[in-house]
Amino acid sequence: MDFGSLLSQTFEQAFGPLAIVYCLAAIGLNVHFGYTGLLNFGQAAFMAVGGYAMASFVQTWGLSMWLGMLVGLGLTVVLALLLGIPTLRLRADYLAIVTIAAAEMIRQTVGSVTLLEYFGGQDGRQGNFAREFRELNPFDEGVDLGFANWGANDFWVMCVGWTLVALSCLVVWALMRSPWGRVLKAIREDEDAARSLGKNVYSYKMQSLILGGMFGAFAGFIYGLSKNAVIPTDYATDTTFFAYTVLLVGGAARVLGPVVGAVIFWGLISALSVFFSQATRSDLIPDSIMSNDQASLMRFIVLGLALMLLMIFRPQGIFGDRKELAIDGR
Amino acid sequence: MAASSSTAASMFTDVEREPGAKKPDPIVVATGIKRTFGGLVAVDVEHVEIQRGAITALIGPNGAGKTTFFNLLTCFDKPDEGEWSFNGQSLAKMSASRVAKTGMIRTFQLTKVLAKLTVIENMRVGAGGQSGEKIWKAMFPMFWRAEERANTEKADALLERFLLDKKREDFAGSLSGGQRKLLEMARALMADPELVMLDEPMAGVNPALKQSLLGHVKSLRDEGRTVLFVEHDMDMVRDISDWVIVMAQGQIVAEGPPDTVMSDQRVIDAYLGAHHDTELTFEAEEKILAEAEAELAELEEERNE
Repeated sequence: MDFGSLLSQTFEQAFGPLAIVYCLAAIGLNVHFGYTGLLNFGQAAFMAVGGYAMASFVQTWGLSMWLGMLVGLGLTVVLALLLGIPTLRLRADYLAIVTIAAAEMIRQTVGSVTLLEYFGGQDGRQGNFAREFRELNPFDEGVDLGFANWGANDFWVMCVGWTLVALSCLVVWALMRSPWGRVLKAIREDEDAARSLGKNVYSYKMQSLILGGMFGAFAGFIYGLSKNAVIPTDYATDTTFFAYTVLLVGGAARVLGPVVGAVIFWGLISALSVFFSQATRSDLIPDSIMSNDQASLMRFIVLGLALMLLMIFRPQGIFGDRKELAIDGR
Repeated sequence: MAASSSTAASMFTDVEREPGAKKPDPIVVATGIKRTFGGLVAVDVEHVEIQRGAITALIGPNGAGKTTFFNLLTCFDKPDEGEWSFNGQSLAKMSASRVAKTGMIRTFQLTKVLAKLTVIENMRVGAGGQSGEKIWKAMFPMFWRAEERANTEKADALLERFLLDKKREDFAGSLSGGQRKLLEMARALMADPELVMLDEPMAGVNPALKQSLLGHVKSLRDEGRTVLFVEHDMDMVRDISDWVIVMAQGQIVAEGPPDTVMSDQRVIDAYLGAHHDTELTFEAEEKILAEAEAELAELEEERNE
């Protein structure tokens, strides 16, 4: 058992590009679910729209990546409007159904053979669409902290990514302490009460959906840039559910909840994966119980168990206030 | 303009004691409001006017359509047909939030406090026209800080008046039922409404708190506001209302000042049923029995054929 590599891999993953992607996606969900009470189960759709717009602009149409990002953000607004207009007047669960369906529709559409020449089918868009981003990289070689090291490209993504996370948290913090954020919370608590006090609930929900969706688009950008690829399977429903897990681990309706949640989530996944892989290889766990192939799935099983225990014993997440949760919202 | 109870009562001296009576200065006028749920006619109001600057009570037995009528007036529900206006402005095509912005604020029968917000935050939400509620300005406190301070002062004054100042920092969800009623009423006042509509303000409130609530409702009128409330508690109706409107089976069956309307035959009928005081005699019972038997025999014959 090599605990040194276990710790270093855990650390690398906990602060690596993937953690940033899920952190940004969870920040968006925090605006939707944590503050406004909107059950958006299609955050992957917003990420896909962002990522695909950026990648196809370069690879399919040979245009600027930055323009692609801008259009991607515009398209997330359009997507939010399309999802919101029919459903935001209805009860919360309808939005959940519509968003989960819409996310699958978008994934199947961009992955379809008919649109192969634009979006690359199931292979997605890979190649070198991130060139413009990588040219700006000031780091010539990777960064080695002794106990952890990242490649030059990953480290550049992390610098930009964590800056983006910090800015996003700042925006969320500034908005949620304002009267605007207070209206969102009022809507989460009781829509009719907000309405009876003269707040246009529909408009506020739409603003929240758009804002959170844009954080999702940023997550899509970082995802694409870190891998230099956008692939349909990256935007499946489990992406959304992982983002929800990140949010719940950290604590919903807390500004730093998604950040802490993402670090813990990816640290834990990596630690479990390394542990089981090494344990099966070194016969700590004999082959008769578990083979090396099966070990790679154990992390999700243990993670699921951990999530259940968390919900039972600390349902408010790391940052949440238990007293707040104890209040019945009658 | 402070109207004491005697002047408020005097507004009604020339008003007919009839359903749909014309008022000297109506703030709300509704005509031909009809709302059906499937085959059930929940509300069918021909004409009603609410006098400005007075306390009007809306009473009636359970299922009379009082709350439905409230929902219709405030646009929380849409009627099948009908026209109604507030200060001469038609509300028929408005959203509930627009109605609230025009100065007509309601409370709910089952109180709707914002449980996971503190009491003071609940109050601050109530203030209307805040520029900090626009997303572009919200990020920069310099646009809304002064406004927020003014709103907080106003909220604190109201909390003190409604005896909730000690609960300022508590979550609204931790308040008792009666305190929630108080908070909801105080919150409604944050927007300076011209018309306050209270849906059963006394339901579930303990007797000690009731007296202070009564005082609060009266003080609303003394500030020049108009109050319309739905209530089952007859003591409260008699004590504070200047005018009473009685609903039964979706219609307005009587109107009048509280002391006379209670003895109105139509009101007694509505509450107790039209034949509640006709005693059943032996002959009448025999007659009913005979009719029933005849009907049964008829059915039997039909089946045999």
